Amino acid sequence: MNLETLIEALGLKCKCCWEKLKSTQVKGGYAGDLLSDVMANSSAGDIWVTRQVHQNIVAVASLKDLAGIVVVQGATPEKDTLERAGKEGIPILVTDMAKFEVVGRIYRLLSEG
Amino acid sequence: MSGDDLIESLEGIYHIQGRDFVDAGIVSSEVKKSLQGKGIPESIIRRIAVITFEAEINIISYAQQGTIQLFIEPDAVIIEANDMGPGIADIDLALQEGYSTADDSIRELGFGAGMGLCNIKKFSDIFELTSEVGQGTHLKSIVKLNG
Repeated sequence: MNLETLIEALGLKCKCCWEKLKSTQVKGGYAGDLLSDVMANSSAGDIWVTRQVHQNIVAVASLKDLAGIVVVQGATPEKDTLERAGKEGIPILVTDMAKFEVVGRIYRLLSEG
Repeated sequence: MSGDDLIESLEGIYHIQGRDFVDAGIVSSEVKKSLQGKGIPESIIRRIAVITFEAEINIISYAQQGTIQLFIEPDAVIIEANDMGPGIADIDLALQEGYSTADDSIRELGFGAGMGLCNIKKFSDIFELTSEVGQGTHLKSIVKLNG
């Protein structure tokens, strides 16, 4: 499944790196707000679901080759975060949904293949 | 290994300013980029990225300043982090998962969960940590390239 399919299925809004949505494959997912937890336990190609909005999330996603970041609960990514994400090529998606619902829906989509 | 050999394998020295969370991850990104295109497997590069990131965050969180040095040997990558910080009084305690002395400003950013040093140890093949209270901390991590 690519990021474009994920966005359409969940009604997410893309805040940067539109050009990468078609070509980026989502292989799995990880959820967490502790950056060391995500550094240690996420896998390359995961979509990361978080409530964090500061620019360090871009560094984590980039270093771990994550597919993208979903920011939940209507939180607004900081301007610096979006600038850095654009530079590093990390798509940032936002939604008003809570983390639990987003994770459940992504999990179901990925399980269905 | 002699000192000359180490100088020869030095790939980069990166300076890190304490309390500068805005630039956190920049050094790790540079380290990652300098490892790419050298025939090192991506999975090993990602392990080194975790180690470098956690070392970088520790320096930013606790020290006035510090450096990260990257060495590329034929059979291993070595990451050394040195800082001028408060030092660690009890290394065994600091290596317990969940133990942290981070303040709220660090925790609000999603750091300071007491996982950083554990992650470095977990992703290293060889891990050395020495420290002197009031002087600083020295960390050496070796990641072998041949599994």
